[in-house]
Amino acid sequence: MRALRHAAWAAGAGVAVLGLAACGGAASGSSGSDVLSSSWGDPQNPLEPANTNEVQGGKVLDMVFRGLKRYDPRTARAENMLAEKIETTDSQNFTITVKDGWKFSNGEPVGARSFVDAWNYGASLRNNQKNAYFFGYIEGYDKVHPTSGKQTADTLSGLKVTGPRTFTVRLNQKFSSFPDTLGYVAFDPLPRAFFTDHAAWLSKPVGNGPYTIESYTKGSAMYLKRWDAYPGPDKAHNGGVTLQVYTDSNTAYTDVLAGNLDLVDDVPANQLKNVKTDLGGRYINTPAGIIQTLAFPFYDPKWNTSGARKVRTGLSMAINRKQITDTIFRRTRTPATDWTSPVLGTEGGYQAGLCGHACDYDPVEAKKLIQEGGGIPGGQVKITYNADTGSHKEWVDAVCNSVNNALGNDRACVGNPIGTFADFRNQIGQHRMPGPFRAGWQMDYPLIQDFLQPLYYTDASSNDGKWSNKQFDKLVDQANAETDPRKSVRLFQQAEGVVRDNMAAIPLWYQNGSAGYTERLSHVALNPFSVPVYDEIKVG
Amino acid sequence: MGRYVVRRLLQMVPVFFGATLLIFLMVNVMGDPVAGLCGERACDPATAAQLKREFGLDQPVWQQYATYMGNVFTGDFGTAFNGQKVTELMATAFPVTVRLTIVAILFEIVIGITLGVVTGLRRGRPVDTTVLVLTLVVISVPIFVTGLLLQLLLGVQWGWIRPSVPPEATFAQLIVPGLVLASVSLAYVTRLTRTSIAENRRSDYVRTAIAKGLPRRRVVTRHLLRNSLIPVVTFIGTDIGALMGGAILTERIFNIHGVGYQLYQGILRQNTQTVVGFVTVLVLVFLVANLLVDLLYAVLDPRIRYA
Repeated sequence: MRALRHAAWAAGAGVAVLGLAACGGAASGSSGSDVLSSSWGDPQNPLEPANTNEVQGGKVLDMVFRGLKRYDPRTARAENMLAEKIETTDSQNFTITVKDGWKFSNGEPVGARSFVDAWNYGASLRNNQKNAYFFGYIEGYDKVHPTSGKQTADTLSGLKVTGPRTFTVRLNQKFSSFPDTLGYVAFDPLPRAFFTDHAAWLSKPVGNGPYTIESYTKGSAMYLKRWDAYPGPDKAHNGGVTLQVYTDSNTAYTDVLAGNLDLVDDVPANQLKNVKTDLGGRYINTPAGIIQTLAFPFYDPKWNTSGARKVRTGLSMAINRKQITDTIFRRTRTPATDWTSPVLGTEGGYQAGLCGHACDYDPVEAKKLIQEGGGIPGGQVKITYNADTGSHKEWVDAVCNSVNNALGNDRACVGNPIGTFADFRNQIGQHRMPGPFRAGWQMDYPLIQDFLQPLYYTDASSNDGKWSNKQFDKLVDQANAETDPRKSVRLFQQAEGVVRDNMAAIPLWYQNGSAGYTERLSHVALNPFSVPVYDEIKVG
Repeated sequence: MGRYVVRRLLQMVPVFFGATLLIFLMVNVMGDPVAGLCGERACDPATAAQLKREFGLDQPVWQQYATYMGNVFTGDFGTAFNGQKVTELMATAFPVTVRLTIVAILFEIVIGITLGVVTGLRRGRPVDTTVLVLTLVVISVPIFVTGLLLQLLLGVQWGWIRPSVPPEATFAQLIVPGLVLASVSLAYVTRLTRTSIAENRRSDYVRTAIAKGLPRRRVVTRHLLRNSLIPVVTFIGTDIGALMGGAILTERIFNIHGVGYQLYQGILRQNTQTVVGFVTVLVLVFLVANLLVDLLYAVLDPRIRYA
């Protein structure tokens, strides 16, 4: 009987394991005939408007929310959505009127308070919102969100509700394009439910956009349904969207080929050579507001000499952008010739060729300039990048190869991989870059200001190399104070000229958004943020 | 028996603490996780400081570990950066991976042992040679090649299965991923069983059993197989832990949202709470599986006694 007793012990444990296995819940969702499925990545942060700073969470908020302004999916221009009018006389005080008739999907009307409460929440240090600095232009931000110490106010003194549908904004500096930034997700309105039952709201966000969230299984899928009572002009043309989390864009792509998934909005790099034969015309490759650059550690005295400026320009000329974008990226990137993005359009400030000869491949001139500048600081260029995502290794190696060939020295340039993105950002934050480093910039809103000020203004939020130039700062201040949009853009372009003359960062290429879809879908397009315009997609 | 189990359980305690401490230190060495939370830009210092305070990252590492372990014993595994409780993540991830592991283990047991017995009894025959060559192929081809190939052939070319596993991940949907995950271990199980069977076939007790006139079937299953299974059970037992932890590749290929996926995500985002929590549970699974294997020995061979 002894053996039997042992067996019982083992069997008991086995049953326990099986019991654990059996309790996996099945996610339920609608699978109507006009619902499309799309690939998704697990959002990094809780889904709150002022806390979402990456594409995956932004994708959802873009379906569930509408703000005062909306960027046209084709032209990228900021157009009034919920804003009836935004008035100012001095580029510093704004009066905003919200359109009548808008509602959240829970029936609550959208008014001035929906915005003011949401903005105060987003700015408050207490709430840990990662996009808080977007409210930094509003007066009183330093009280609500001090850089150190305790906050001394709960609400922004620059925000005042003046009527059910009107409120005023006072900025702490002149900023003429402020209204055009209001299409950014951080400025979305929030319903009362967000404040009264925050946990419940987080598990199933309620907004005022063309879709409502039907169910959300964190980490695996979100089922969105068309909101039939949506009051806006951009009603959804399909019954809903199922966002399916994929751990690997290759699997998502395979699923599109097999017809299990309707849309993949990130065609993996190693599939680009097959995509035309696989999908034919159902492959999209359109410019997005993303530019890749190489930034420099100006906090390192070696890189901050007058000679180093020539070296930086020389390095820029040593990079064969065309060859790299053609072979490695298969033309999903375009060699950059300025520091903004083509999605801005010439009216918005994009200026092809602004970089001039400094962005042309000229190995002879490159070598000459680098020698004139006193050679490479430290004798070797180390390009730092994170090796975990985005296949950065390939292009960094190619850039180095190009530089090495130009200089006729195999050891002139090497890649310096860092294991994770978090550690990469960590080392950048601690000013430990040994040389140029990868800097990707995805615009928050389609304004030339967004491509320059956060990156190159003295001590700006994303000025990771700590570049500083009085003339640049002055021009940016002038541009922000200028009320005539055309003059403002011209001043920003002059500021960009300062960036060029000093080669504050080497522009590499503009990044495209890519997507592939099945025959079930039509009218698929990517907006300038490389997110599919879901509400316009037709199924069947 | 009871005392043996208690002793074994006590031995687990230092292993458990050592393993978790190691993981904790390793994740911490990777640097400040908050730095990666704000995308391509730096977090503003005030928010970063506040986040660190909230996640307890402003404390010295030993104190973080002490607090963490204290919380673990009350069932609180902390919060992931996306605001979800780690226990919640576990509740969704572990059942899926356990199901995947069960499928894999079943494949190992059913196919592996059957093939092992068949080849062990027919050593040197064509069947034996063929299976040996096949297992060699399986062992030498990396798992992601097998996985991607099956996915492409069965999923896209022939359309027999879905290339990815839906979120529910039922047993039926996990058959192909389970087979892929099991493939290498399966080959080892086959080879182990084969050797063991072939060896024991010539032993005295088998000859006695045959001489007694027992039917061949009974000789093989009751006498030969039962004694030959000890090394195989050891292997499969330790493999349970390895399969659960090692499912990262398979889960990634087939888009299964299990333990491997959460661990991968956790490491990429440098989320100490997620990584340490999941590894802690995996360590426990590993230890318990090993204990079960040891207890099973006595079932297979009554001569083995636990004092």
